[in-house]
Amino acid sequence: MMQQKPSDPLSQGSGQTQAFLQTRNRRDRTARKAFFGITLIPVLLIIVITCLLVIRAWPILSSQPLANLMLGEVWKPTNEQFGFLPFILGTVWVTLVGVILAVPACLLVAIYLAEYARRSTRTIAKPVLDLLAAIPSVVYGVWGLLVIVPFVDDILGPFFHRWLGFVPVFSVTQPTGFGIFAGGIVLAVMIAPLIIAVTFEVLSTVPDELRQASLSLGATRWQTISRVVLPRVLPGIIAAVVLGASRALGETMAVLMVVGNVPSIPTSIFDTAYPLAALIANNFGEMMSIPLYDAALLSAALLLLVIIMIFNILSTFVLQRILGKARI
Amino acid sequence: MEPHIQVKDLNAFYGKQHVLKNINIEIPRNKITVIMGPSGCGKSTLLKTFNRFFELTEYTRLTGNVLIDGQDIYNRDVDVTEVRKVVGLLAQRPAVLPMSIFDNVAYGMNIHNMKKDRNKTREAVQHYLEIAGLWEEVHTRLHDPATGLSIGQQQRLCLARGLAVEPEIILGDEPTSALDPISSQNIEKRLIELKKDYTIVIVTHTLRQAKRLADHVIYMYLGEVAETNSAPEIFTNPKHERTKQYLDGIF
Repeated sequence: MMQQKPSDPLSQGSGQTQAFLQTRNRRDRTARKAFFGITLIPVLLIIVITCLLVIRAWPILSSQPLANLMLGEVWKPTNEQFGFLPFILGTVWVTLVGVILAVPACLLVAIYLAEYARRSTRTIAKPVLDLLAAIPSVVYGVWGLLVIVPFVDDILGPFFHRWLGFVPVFSVTQPTGFGIFAGGIVLAVMIAPLIIAVTFEVLSTVPDELRQASLSLGATRWQTISRVVLPRVLPGIIAAVVLGASRALGETMAVLMVVGNVPSIPTSIFDTAYPLAALIANNFGEMMSIPLYDAALLSAALLLLVIIMIFNILSTFVLQRILGKARI
Repeated sequence: MEPHIQVKDLNAFYGKQHVLKNINIEIPRNKITVIMGPSGCGKSTLLKTFNRFFELTEYTRLTGNVLIDGQDIYNRDVDVTEVRKVVGLLAQRPAVLPMSIFDNVAYGMNIHNMKKDRNKTREAVQHYLEIAGLWEEVHTRLHDPATGLSIGQQQRLCLARGLAVEPEIILGDEPTSALDPISSQNIEKRLIELKKDYTIVIVTHTLRQAKRLADHVIYMYLGEVAETNSAPEIFTNPKHERTKQYLDGIF
């Protein structure tokens, strides 16, 4: 016997469906809010960290003019002398040497990979380069200690001193191998994967039609690269370098292990140095009995943070404009 | 007259795919030769073998010969940049270089070191812009970026840029397909003017354009040359069944 259904399914289930829809929508809204909240955390974190640093550094920042701190050459916490200049210069020197060593080679590698290499070469070389970036900082430090420091001491130092020693920047006064040059070499290797990867990305944004336009006129590959491709992506390459530099500025462990950590103002790339990051890492938590010491270290941290932030914001801004929003 | 380009037993492969099969054709001097055929028949590929652009794609292979004025351009002693200087290319979409209008035209002359001084370059730039019918429109803003031009103007700039390296052959890979009708007409007009000095080879998929331009037609089908003949002959009296069908719009 056929039985008729009590009513049509839609209206019968409509009460239930309504409730179900409401729950579904509520869940959707909750999820959305939760994700937004979680996304806010990193942003808040930056603000909180900055505020914390400012508050903790305040005792020393308010006790003397900023210029005294920044340009002070003497670091004697026991005498309450907190001159940051040796550390600022230490950071600048090591970073500069690292960037100068890294950039030419990185550009050539990136250009080779993006413009000349066959696809098969690229599929092998790219992951290997990315792997370099995954090596822990301390491993680079150990490598620096075991290989680079003796290499600088035995070979590079004497070589430069002999042939370029008349230039103050290249003269060797304390031959130990520890110092800016060793730190720079380690840094150069560490920031290379980043610079190569970003430069490669930037080069791949150049449409192939442009290369072909140049090639079709009888230009060589190199003419095409140097006259058409590179001028077009120059801002992006600069941004890649700046990004590498900002990574180098903050790099602590590997550099700390090979730069010597002596708070004096360097005059040669073979001098020892004491970068800001190393200062903080080496001393924080010790000698807290000295008044203002804590504040001094935290203002060093604040300084480092501000410098790196400026570098990062600038380079990200330029890269975003080149790579487009989706690519970054 | 001796043909300008001769293709002998040409076979081309993308990986394992056999895209050009036993091509044997002759392209006459100072004429417009139009390569026609349905999509994917290999007409663009054939064109790319004339300026050695085919080898820019990886995993490609080529056998046979392409002779320009009797000289095999795939001979090992031949410099590929010299080939491309002699054989200019007008691409499907105009790709102006990221520099000024003036520098776009001067680019090729500079890379080949053709002009001794700045004055000679300036004269040449004006000359070729005039030939391309662009001088009147741009002579007041030669040093503005070329990207500011309309797409039709850009294609004429590309023509001027290509002519400035003094080629003998101009290849056009559907050179008007990205342009509006007026700009297309303009380019077609230039090409007809230019054939007295250059050998022109055009790939097109518009039958009407082929009829307007062609002195000589190559009809391709599935990687082979199905028929090749003078334009009046092929349009009024096609020999090959495929050509007939194509001309009647059966594709």
